[in-house]
Amino acid sequence: MATAIIDLQHLAKIFGKQTVLKDINLTVNAGEIVGLIGPSGAGKSTVIKVTLGMEVASGGSAKVFDTQMPNRQLLSRIGYMAQTDALYDSLSGYENLKFYGQMKGISKDDLPQAIQHVAEVVDLTKDLKKRVAGYSGGMMRRLSLAIALLGDPDLLILDEPTVGIDPALRRQIWAELGRIRDAGRSILITTHVMDEAELVDRVALLLDGKVMAFDEPVVLKHDYGVDSIEDVFLKAEGVD
Amino acid sequence: MRTIAIMNRVLKELFRDKRTLALMFIAPILIMLLMSVIFNTNSTTDVSIGTVGVTKSLNKELDGIKHVSVKKYTTKAKAKKALKDDKVDAIIKKNGNNYHLTYANTDSTKTATVKLAFKNAVTTTSINKLKSALKQSTKATMKLQAQLQALQKQAAASQTTAKTTSTKATANNMATKSTSQKTPKITNSYVYGDKDTGYFAKMLPILMGFFVFFFVFLISGMALLKERTTGTLDRLLATPVKRSSIVFGYMLSYGILAIIQTIEIVMVTVWLLGIEVVGSLVSVVIINLLLALVALAFGILLSTFANSEFQMMQFIPIVIVPQIFFSGLIPLDSMANWIKGISYIIPLKYSGDAVNSIIMRGTSIMDLGFNIGMLLIFLVVLTILNIVGLRRYRKV
Repeated sequence: MATAIIDLQHLAKIFGKQTVLKDINLTVNAGEIVGLIGPSGAGKSTVIKVTLGMEVASGGSAKVFDTQMPNRQLLSRIGYMAQTDALYDSLSGYENLKFYGQMKGISKDDLPQAIQHVAEVVDLTKDLKKRVAGYSGGMMRRLSLAIALLGDPDLLILDEPTVGIDPALRRQIWAELGRIRDAGRSILITTHVMDEAELVDRVALLLDGKVMAFDEPVVLKHDYGVDSIEDVFLKAEGVD
Repeated sequence: MRTIAIMNRVLKELFRDKRTLALMFIAPILIMLLMSVIFNTNSTTDVSIGTVGVTKSLNKELDGIKHVSVKKYTTKAKAKKALKDDKVDAIIKKNGNNYHLTYANTDSTKTATVKLAFKNAVTTTSINKLKSALKQSTKATMKLQAQLQALQKQAAASQTTAKTTSTKATANNMATKSTSQKTPKITNSYVYGDKDTGYFAKMLPILMGFFVFFFVFLISGMALLKERTTGTLDRLLATPVKRSSIVFGYMLSYGILAIIQTIEIVMVTVWLLGIEVVGSLVSVVIINLLLALVALAFGILLSTFANSEFQMMQFIPIVIVPQIFFSGLIPLDSMANWIKGISYIIPLKYSGDAVNSIIMRGTSIMDLGFNIGMLLIFLVVLTILNIVGLRRYRKV
């Protein structure tokens, strides 16, 4: 079996009286894209938060790179993109990238090259000098993704990365994610777009704080006897 | 290094927000200019003084002074009624040799004008008196000398010595009498407030601190609130940055801003408003910088309890306004003890006290250990709270 980059075992998370995660078992191996799907409120963001160490698990274990989270040093090896764009509006695209690059601890000499590379990936090279306040929604999303890609992290955690991005660019981004996977790096991605769920190596279906199913899309479709992940999703939810 | 990067970013953001900058740098100047114009208009204030039982010469002197008019009253009760009805601004009553002055004191500049006018009038009349007394005494001495000569001429008799001593004694008596007339006792009383009420000079050091505190508190609180609501704080915390680096980065950037703001305000007050600063300007800047850092830490801390910019504004009446009351703008001596107790937890009080004594008495910063120490305690405690408080957003 391949080495697990993310290893969540019997993970539980309770906020006050509300139990958000009950029993999460999820692994992401090296060189693998794992998709996390589930209705809103199912706890996708909480899984991500615990994996990043922003929240501490109430039960079970959350290991990343074989180290128990939370761990601050480890964060330099993780690229994170949140649901919100989380950009500084009054700064230019370049300044945003530079600032987050510095925060990630990328050395001064490598930074310009790293910025240029990620800007090319998301097709923002010619807009880097503009202030973010003048960006369109799609451009902001792309810049946000570029920030996550900065510094070639071994693990990417992407929360709804392709919302508001047009189809051509979406295809381009998935191609890049494919290249990252082929380079032996890992990606955990949440999505609402069901045809995207077909593109991942393994998909985890999150419902009521539990992983209902976790396997390759082909196997899931076969198990549930349906033609698409969307139908798997609906069937698991109990909607006919 | 990350701290410096955060500082650079915050400064960049700040300097691109032209409106906020204008608020920080132009608003205090505008308000202070207005205040100085409003509070320092005594050159054209007309005052009227009611007098009771005051000598004719003093009345004449008073009436002769520009912008001062005198109304004579026969009894104190009548004068008091006039004071109450706003017909006169002050009453001067003579009790034997002493004067008692009562000021309406609703307008501090009028009170000052009356004080000055009365002092001048008393000096002039007493000089006049002195002159006439001098004349009289010279006359008297001449008379005495003449008498003496006459006595000597009459000669011989042995009782003479006794007589001269008695005349000398009367002369001495006269002299003591005139000295007691020269320095009448003056007592002051105020219908409203006291002698410290509303001087711009006294308000200034506190105002300076207040502007620094207010703007740094509000803008830094808003800035961190924005980081939180736009998600940049989460994203920042998803990098290996230390929580303390974030807090220190903010402190550095807002510290720089506060230094610039303080220097600007001090320059304007010294060069434009002509306020005299007895002590060192550097000390004033240092104290205000400390206050700014306390305000910053306070703003960041309270921003965690606000969910929107509007909720941040709601802290103004709760946090900012009480600061004004306890800052020393209003004398604390007259307050009840339990209210005085509150003033010990007001940072603006300590900076106000310190800057006041630097500006007005020229106290060295070395002698302000208590005030500086208290500000430092505020700063350290609030900073630690902030660093620990960021744990809410990331557990390491």
